[in-house]
Amino acid sequence: MRKNANLPALIFVFILLVLWQAGAMGMDAAYILPSPTQILARLWELRGPLFTAHLPATLLCTGIGLAISVVLGLLLAVLMDASPAAEKMLYPLIVASQTIPTTALAPLFVLWFGYTIWSKVLVTVLITFFPIAITVFDGFRSAKTDMVDMLKTFGAGRKEIFCKLKLPAALPYFFSAIKMAIPMSIIGAAIGEWLGAQAGLGYFSRRMMTQLDGAGVFAPIVLLSAVAMLAVAIVSWIEKKVVTWRGSL
Amino acid sequence: MHMLEFQNVVFQYDSEDFNIIDGLSFGLDRGEFVSVIGPSGCGKSTIFRLVNQLLPRKSGDILVDGERIDGRRGYCGYMPQRDLLFPWRTVAGNLCLPMEIRGGLSRAEMAQRAEETLASVGLAGWGDKRPDELSGGMRQRAAFARTLLTGSELLLLDEPFSALDFLTRINLQEWLLAQWEREHKTVLFITHDVEEAIFLSGRVLVVEETPIRRLVSFDVPASYPRTRECLTHPDMLALREKLIGLLRREVSA
Repeated sequence: MRKNANLPALIFVFILLVLWQAGAMGMDAAYILPSPTQILARLWELRGPLFTAHLPATLLCTGIGLAISVVLGLLLAVLMDASPAAEKMLYPLIVASQTIPTTALAPLFVLWFGYTIWSKVLVTVLITFFPIAITVFDGFRSAKTDMVDMLKTFGAGRKEIFCKLKLPAALPYFFSAIKMAIPMSIIGAAIGEWLGAQAGLGYFSRRMMTQLDGAGVFAPIVLLSAVAMLAVAIVSWIEKKVVTWRGSL
Repeated sequence: MHMLEFQNVVFQYDSEDFNIIDGLSFGLDRGEFVSVIGPSGCGKSTIFRLVNQLLPRKSGDILVDGERIDGRRGYCGYMPQRDLLFPWRTVAGNLCLPMEIRGGLSRAEMAQRAEETLASVGLAGWGDKRPDELSGGMRQRAAFARTLLTGSELLLLDEPFSALDFLTRINLQEWLLAQWEREHKTVLFITHDVEEAIFLSGRVLVVEETPIRRLVSFDVPASYPRTRECLTHPDMLALREKLIGLLRREVSA
């Protein structure tokens, strides 16, 4: 049933790929527009450095950045939930900060942290930390007032209300936040690497560009997309196991 | 001694410039089943929220079992209009909630009590199910079981059947009477359904006016145990018409 539902989209993607292939073959300028088959071939040729050096570098940066973002985002969400004063102080700032083009600040971080991993981690954290904080905080607030009231009549204090109601209520929101943050953190890492790094898929893509290797530019991008999709799929799978009640609150 | 007693209770919402409850006094005896009726928005739920201290009163005293409620917890079990079963817990897990919060019982003891109470409300074997696997009537019975497990002698039931279809509702009314006769709890029941109030209660308290200064008490001329046939008795019909008349006058006023 689900496969059928996705079928039109898959057919459409296939048609686009065929058009791309035909266009690229007609143009015959692989340094500008490589064809999908040329990209796949290049991915295979470059598999050594891509999979042993550059993919691990990017994943490390993404992983560290995401971990910091989750911890910071959760802390901030809990803080705002616990203290109305903190909420009034932080919530507007967090919302406003969403309008700052964080990626445009990335060169600054390279300036400050150099070609180390930390300039890339910082970009990743800045991009993903705010949406996680906001989404999880909204999850805490999704706990219905009458449920809170009912727990109060049972004699529950703030800690019990948090553990028994708000935490489980926010769990679906937490998973949504993670699924949203994964592609964003990969984008952040790639941008950071693009601007200044010694390894990583973003760095590799840029190096291929200076060599006018069109397929070489695309290959790491294809890899990045595949990694992001795989990671989101894994999280979705865990979510299905953990959150069995989505939508019934 | 009254099970529940209001002494000159005054309450005002911050958003309003008058006391919605203004010097209200009334009492409930131990083991009584009493309904409060009144039109929507008249303040009957406010009375409940004062008893379970979700709202702070301005002045006056509320006594449960002869003692002031201030600083006490677990003296009343509250059943809200919606069942409010937590979807991430099993049915039995939901029943354990009040016991977990009160503390003092081991996991095994809680599970055993939950299982016993489920059996007593006719849901034996449903403990491992998720709430969304239950029908509306079953969810409401599970919510009642959860209220019983607060261990309180005084139960506040706030329109618990109003969201159910007609047949489920009258079934649950009969079921609730049987539960009450077995458990010997004191029940204060809010409804806007006059027939429901007459069928269930020994006494009906009517909210005649807002602000609420007094509740007018009517004794129901029928003894327990009851069946629905008693509703067709002339005395019962007369009471029903009288109460409906009172409420209509108030709504049109």
